[in-house]
Amino acid sequence: MPTLTHYLVLSGVLFCIGTAGVFVRRNLITILLSIEIMLNAVNLTFVAFGRSMGSADGQIIVFFVMTVAAAEAAVGLAIVIGLFRHRESLNPDTFTSLKW
Amino acid sequence: MPAITPLLVAQLVLVVVVFHALLLSAAAMVWVERRLAAALQQRLGPIRVGWQGLLQPFADVIKLMFKEELRPKAADALLFALAPVISATCAFAAFAVVPFGARTTFFGLLSEPMLLQVADVNVAALVIFAIASMSVYGIVLAGWSSNSKYSLIGGLRSSAQMISYELSYGMALVSVLLVGNSLSLTEIVNGQAGAWFGVIPRWFIFLQPLGFLIFLTAGVAETNRAPFDFPEAEQELVAGYHTEYSSMSFAMFFLAEYVNMVTVSAVAADLFLGGWHGPFLPESLGWIWFLLKVSALLFFYVWMRWTLPRYRYDQLMKFGWKVMLPASVLNLIATAAGVLYFGG
Amino acid sequence: MTLFYVFAAVAVVASLLVIAQRNPIYSVLLLIASFGALSGLYVLLDAPFVAVTQIVVYAGAIMVLFLFVVMLLNAPHEETDYDETVHPLRRPGPMRFGAALAVALVVELLWALTKSGGETGAFPDAAVSSVRTIGRSLFTNYAFAFEVTSVLILVAMVGAVVLARREGGPSAPPSA
Repeated sequence: MPTLTHYLVLSGVLFCIGTAGVFVRRNLITILLSIEIMLNAVNLTFVAFGRSMGSADGQIIVFFVMTVAAAEAAVGLAIVIGLFRHRESLNPDTFTSLKW
Repeated sequence: MPAITPLLVAQLVLVVVVFHALLLSAAAMVWVERRLAAALQQRLGPIRVGWQGLLQPFADVIKLMFKEELRPKAADALLFALAPVISATCAFAAFAVVPFGARTTFFGLLSEPMLLQVADVNVAALVIFAIASMSVYGIVLAGWSSNSKYSLIGGLRSSAQMISYELSYGMALVSVLLVGNSLSLTEIVNGQAGAWFGVIPRWFIFLQPLGFLIFLTAGVAETNRAPFDFPEAEQELVAGYHTEYSSMSFAMFFLAEYVNMVTVSAVAADLFLGGWHGPFLPESLGWIWFLLKVSALLFFYVWMRWTLPRYRYDQLMKFGWKVMLPASVLNLIATAAGVLYFGG
Repeated sequence: MTLFYVFAAVAVVASLLVIAQRNPIYSVLLLIASFGALSGLYVLLDAPFVAVTQIVVYAGAIMVLFLFVVMLLNAPHEETDYDETVHPLRRPGPMRFGAALAVALVVELLWALTKSGGETGAFPDAAVSSVRTIGRSLFTNYAFAFEVTSVLILVAMVGAVVLARREGGPSAPPSA
């Protein structure tokens, strides 16, 4: 039977994979995808703890996290589209100067 | 290793039966569509292959199997092969949570009654919605991976249409959930048993007429059928997202479309038309009533295709966002008010 | 138990491939696979509502949005000024530092999580919730947060439309 520790280890590993993606990848969309991985890892932690404490609060917080993730993905992608239109590149290294 | 009880055997047999029934229903729909289209257009249709043309679908399948499987050179091989698989899988998977008969012991063969539903999940209505939202991927990947302009435009238009109409679909679904007081399809159907004054059955279509219309219209739009089939219209876009497909991949897209039609009709029959409840027959033969209701809805589907002209794409999107969505939200609010007032 | 390992393996492998793939469409599809595995894990944790909501919201809506944007921008893979085939820990400069930090984070996080005192036992047997209890709690205890998220979604929608608009308004010809 999987215990709480199993789920925590899994979500820790997923969170670190997401973080590694944000650090290493040089593509704006992949960076946003890695942020989604991190948010999912956190969701898993919440649901696992909620289950182990026997309350529904974990699932309710997950509901809010999903909503915020959706809003953030929408606005983030709109920003990416705007940036791409200007510089024709998705590499964050091309956006290093403050001049538009 | 779980024990091989008669119940387990019966459930495995049920899975096989449901799968093959869906395949056969897709084949039957091919025949029905062509004969009905012919009747509506005052011609005969296929009558030569087998008695009254009943073997026509099988002839079509054999022809499709023998065709050459083409793939454009610039197409992305993995996604090109994956897209019809996703479409077909989601179409079949959605039927797994649709109940089509009452608890039955198969005339005493089983020790305890088994529900005629492949998986009795207590959030079944949401599962249907989830799988419907996954079937968008088959189309959008087909459009993208074919690497041709007709396919790409058709794929993007089709998926944009599907995600727009999913909203009204979901809202109409939620209104029924409010009335039925549960997320489980079985409980919703069982809430429609009995009749008022002994004559009018307690179907939810009488409590939710607008919801039924919205659900069915959104269902037609979701399955990309006429009058919402602009993205795959022969006259406008060659064949839309499945232009570059041939042979069995094409057959899988068509199978997916027909099975989706059957699923939408089955879910509508469960939610609004009382599922397997009906007069004169005992409960254990309720699946016959279910078949009759689903057939009536499928007839309506085919009838609409060959009667109404096609919506242009911008008219279609305007209709979805400016008419259907406000109507479904108003329906939801009115239903909630009604449930509160009449005490649920 | 084996089901847990299957889902966990799929989630981890798919996430690793997401950050290793160069074609962004494959990344999005692999992330959908990872979300599907997570949905299975939620079912194992007796949270069917969250599992289905994960498929509907994440895999069915947010990822469709990502896929549309990737197709719209049509950037097949990133052009970089370093050699892609070299392992991140050996790449020059900040990337090596970032990869080393990620490894350090893994070690530290696992050490911290497996050390939490007292609650690492098996789950209690009581099934937690039905949709009814979630709904009741959501609309009474968390009603304010619920209304605020609806305003948040509205703001996000308006913001996305405004940010993605072409300069000069909708009547300007496309700049590309």
